[in-house]
Amino acid sequence: MGGDGIIEIRNLQVSIQGEEILKGINLTLKKGEVHALMGRNGSGKSTLAKVLMGHPDYEVTGGEATIDGNNLLEMEPWERARLGVFMSFQYPQSISGLKVGNFLRKSVVAIQGENAPSAREFRAELNEAMKKLGVDKKILSRYVNDGFSGGEKKMFEILQLMLMKPQFVILDETDSGLDIDALKTVATGINSSVGNAACLIITHYQRILSHINPDYVHVLIDGRIVESGGPELAISLEEKGYEWLGEGVAS
Amino acid sequence: MSEETKDLVGDYKAGWHDPENATIRFDAGLSEQVVRDISELKNEPEWMTEIRVKAYHNFINKPMPTWGNTEMLEGINFDAITYFLRSGSGTERDWDDVPEDIKRTFDRLGIPDAEQKWLGGVTAQYESEAVYHSIREDLESQGVIFLDMDAGLKEHEEIVKEYFCSVVPYQDNKFSALNTAVWSGGSFIYVPKGVHVEMPVQAYFRINAKNMGQFERTLIIADEGSSIHYVEGCTAPSYSTESLHSAVVELISHKGAYIRYSTIQNWSNNVYNLVTKRAIAYENATVEWVDGNIGSKLTMKYPAVILKGEGAHAEVISVAYAGEGMHQDAGAKVHHMSSNTTSKILSKSISKDGGRGSYRGLVKVGKNANNCKVNVVCDALILDENSQSDTYPTMEILNPTCRSEHEASVSKISDEQVFYLMSRGHTEDESMALIVNGFFEPFTRELPMEYAVELNKLMALEMEGSIG
Repeated sequence: MGGDGIIEIRNLQVSIQGEEILKGINLTLKKGEVHALMGRNGSGKSTLAKVLMGHPDYEVTGGEATIDGNNLLEMEPWERARLGVFMSFQYPQSISGLKVGNFLRKSVVAIQGENAPSAREFRAELNEAMKKLGVDKKILSRYVNDGFSGGEKKMFEILQLMLMKPQFVILDETDSGLDIDALKTVATGINSSVGNAACLIITHYQRILSHINPDYVHVLIDGRIVESGGPELAISLEEKGYEWLGEGVAS
Repeated sequence: MSEETKDLVGDYKAGWHDPENATIRFDAGLSEQVVRDISELKNEPEWMTEIRVKAYHNFINKPMPTWGNTEMLEGINFDAITYFLRSGSGTERDWDDVPEDIKRTFDRLGIPDAEQKWLGGVTAQYESEAVYHSIREDLESQGVIFLDMDAGLKEHEEIVKEYFCSVVPYQDNKFSALNTAVWSGGSFIYVPKGVHVEMPVQAYFRINAKNMGQFERTLIIADEGSSIHYVEGCTAPSYSTESLHSAVVELISHKGAYIRYSTIQNWSNNVYNLVTKRAIAYENATVEWVDGNIGSKLTMKYPAVILKGEGAHAEVISVAYAGEGMHQDAGAKVHHMSSNTTSKILSKSISKDGGRGSYRGLVKVGKNANNCKVNVVCDALILDENSQSDTYPTMEILNPTCRSEHEASVSKISDEQVFYLMSRGHTEDESMALIVNGFFEPFTRELPMEYAVELNKLMALEMEGSIG
């Protein structure tokens, strides 16, 4: 960690079970930048997130993704995590019997290695992060995502983000299923963590982008980025939908 | 460990062996004479010799169990087993007096260290007999008796005579008959009325010799209103030939008393572990079996509680790990004989690399036992296609006022769970270990912390290289 934090995605092509989902994605993200990736269901947004994290179901058929020149695509998910890649899951998994407190500590130690805070420092950071998110301390003795509500799961993802201090943050529909208040809190957590990172926000809706200001907005349709622009692009999408961009899709 | 054993040991950490320095070793094989010789060698009272001989004949005439893993059971060669082997020269009360090689073994297993830190008493059994024994003075002064079973018979014959075979009659099954015929070692504990033994007491059983049979006999009596937590651990070297561990454990929990009996069995996978454990609980008494089976070739063990007095409570919490070549056939038995008795059974098994985990349980509620509560939960986790899990739950509820609940689940570790954990910096093996230890957590949280940590480490070791 602590590199220049440049993520380059070049002509990335990805299939699952023989079906091509991503048809040549190009994106460059730099430290401190927030990129929003918008698109309809099935456009390939979540596929991109999972491929960057290393999900085993997807096959990369072409192109590359690097972080400071290191080839991400050849790494195991845990190697990517240790290099500073973090993904907030759309559907976080529950692990029965694994206590949240224990999991957080173990994960921070796994990711940060010898740079991990001492147990005492960690405890202080944890308390502060929980306070910021309004998460009750009782969560620490619950099992990871076990019996969590949709909102609690998302809040827990952001708690992890705050503690793991990644340099490349991928938020996969973190805003879905959150009410307005929860969304605000989550956004506060995200904003406090992404200042020194490159951030890719995957979302359907513009509303999270009124709390986290993107520097760039990209529109994904049928596995290709068809439009890129500034924050104003998200607003026109909200007003006009995706239809007007449909014509831009070359077939 | 020596080079020659290294190959056999693999990942099993307790698999080294020491040279055998037997002071007395019986020839392999069993006969009435062997039984009489054991009794004579121990200078036992006549009534004990008689029970042994009767039990021997019962053993000879009894067929093998027709359930469990009959194929593996038929593989036991009773003629190849050594039934008695004395290694030390007696039971010492100071580790410094224990023969050096044996002491080294227990040092490596961390027993003296644990004793100093958190135990109220320790018995260490090596082959057939205890080589070390101690109890904290404050417990002794309160009248707590904690001896190895041979010393218990010598020093408290009247108590042993009253309770021996009272919970597990020798005729109960083929292996209880065998144990009664050739028993040696084990623990004898008596807790007087109202005395609470705050720190756990521990027994550690080690088989070192090849083709050894270890037949310890444990008897624990908690008198009215008293309490005790007994912990046992077991290991053996990894040989290519088989050893047999066949214990009988009898617990008596008198009115209002509390006994918890915790086991971490980590035998090497050449050991047959065929154990009969049963408790009787009188009015408002509690018995808890906390039973972890991590090793052995075949384990058949169903800790039982007879709820004899009104308001008595039983808990059986068990985990089993069945790896390559292993079959863990474990479970629980509870018999509700009186009203307002309650029981809770939680069984968790993991099978991997072709191992087989079976839950076998029996809950009986008698016709006259009113308002009983029964809760049975068994969960199995299967880690690969070659492994197997099966459950044989039996409920015989003869009283309509009983409230019973039964849940069973079989699950696999999903790729999504592993991916989630890997995305948080944990390798594939570490992720598996986190999931597996989580699965066992309802069990490990019941263990003294030192054991819980040890068990988690053990399972992490088992998960290494678990995914190609």
